[in-house]
Amino acid sequence: MSDLALVSPRAASYRTAPPPRRSPRVSLATARFVPWLLPLLLLCGWQIGSQSGVIADDIFPRPADVLASAARLTLSAELAHNIAVSFRRAVSGLALGGSLAFALGLSNGVSRLSERLTDTTLQMLRNIPNLSLIPLVILWFGIDEGAKLFLTAFGVFFPIYINTFHGVRNVDAQLIEMGRSYGMGRFTLFRRVVLPGALPSIFVGLRYGLGIMWLTLIVSETIAADAGIGHMAMQAREFMQTDVVVLAILIYAALGKTADSAVRLLERRTLGWHHAYGRAAR
Amino acid sequence: MNAMSPVAHGVGISVRGLRKDFAGREVLKGIDLEVAAGEFLAVIGRSGCGKSTLLRILAGLDAPSGGEIRFGGGDGRARLMFQEPRLLPWASVRDNVAVGLGEGGGKARERAEAALDAVGLADKAEAWPATLSGGQRQRVALARALVSRPRFLALDEPLGALDALTRIEMQKLVEQVWQAQRFTAVLVTHDVSEALLLADRVVMIEQGEITLDVAITLPRPRRRAAPELGALEDQILERLLGQMPSRVDG
Repeated sequence: MSDLALVSPRAASYRTAPPPRRSPRVSLATARFVPWLLPLLLLCGWQIGSQSGVIADDIFPRPADVLASAARLTLSAELAHNIAVSFRRAVSGLALGGSLAFALGLSNGVSRLSERLTDTTLQMLRNIPNLSLIPLVILWFGIDEGAKLFLTAFGVFFPIYINTFHGVRNVDAQLIEMGRSYGMGRFTLFRRVVLPGALPSIFVGLRYGLGIMWLTLIVSETIAADAGIGHMAMQAREFMQTDVVVLAILIYAALGKTADSAVRLLERRTLGWHHAYGRAAR
Repeated sequence: MNAMSPVAHGVGISVRGLRKDFAGREVLKGIDLEVAAGEFLAVIGRSGCGKSTLLRILAGLDAPSGGEIRFGGGDGRARLMFQEPRLLPWASVRDNVAVGLGEGGGKARERAEAALDAVGLADKAEAWPATLSGGQRQRVALARALVSRPRFLALDEPLGALDALTRIEMQKLVEQVWQAQRFTAVLVTHDVSEALLLADRVVMIEQGEITLDVAITLPRPRRRAAPELGALEDQILERLLGQMPSRVDG
């Protein structure tokens, strides 16, 4: 009965401000917390499982052990060094492959000649799984930084290239015509119409690229490296330190999540106008 | 360029033997047309008659296949208002209006805001286009077209997609700014009553040729329900719908 009364008097509720159901601060905190609920539950289950003996210690270590080895490695500065090495590899691979992909995606999107010249070749290369190149890359570069750089750059290249290319091609032709009729030169047209129009698609490419970046880095570090998270994990395997192996996996997850969040932040900053990202929708 | 007086701000347009064909099909078959400086000309016709093509050529978006166009007294720098608002979704309303100023407008911000004020949207300068209604977006497009004080404004059915009431408001607004700035205006529309309400002169295009050219001398502002307008509208509509048989003289 009282439910009905709450719904019906619309006209009256327009006059006075509607009572806030929840303070915005609280609901914001809930919104922040809810995504972490599931990981937290998994962690609890893991701890309980290990303590009760359901999960054998030599198969999968206890959370407390992982935490302890994290603390030990942090104190010895070994962990920080390995993370820094991996991070530097990831960033330089992304910078090299990503900037090449971005440049080629733009030029092929804008110029038919450039597209005819390079697109077929790139599509052929795209169908090579980058990890299949590992034997060749080891022959070329040994286990140097060059090998990791080549593999991550190669892997990151294609998603960013394809999405940049498509983004540029699919910019609204009516807006381009408008820009021309309002006297925009080629560069202005590119800066004010084509690039912002392609940006949502470019970000999609970047996020895909980041996923491939970590994947490639993990594999190439476990196969051929003398430092880095992957190397740390392989060394730990030889000494049966499952806690360190699990720690390495968790660090990879955290690094991947951090990279993704960084891109999201960038998206929200630059795509505020876009209905899917922000203010414009409200 | 220095003819900035409000009386004769517009540019005269002289079209001689204008032809346009697309892939062998002749869309415009030798158009001769004189538009006086500051005149408001409406071009009507059925869809596909070539009226939009004529406007796009006048506005410099397409090149003619033959004939010539001369703009009296200087450049024919045209501003075009499209059927769709065509606002940049990633630019604020103010920045969208500033697009009309081109590069390096020193007082771009002030001028854009003044143009927005003139179309009644001064309070929306910071907003994203996505948050505006259809009528508001088209008003922003009008402000963008007018912010550089063009001497020739081409309107390609800009009110076609608006609802009836918004449309009436926009018609009033267009007439108001035209009277204030006295640019030359060419409006393409399929709405005969809109043409009669706004224009000094109405030209009808049928199958790529001008088949009717009437001066509308009624005083402004015109009432939509005025009997003279109704009679004229009937005549023109009859002509438009009557098609072939009556066209012996053409």
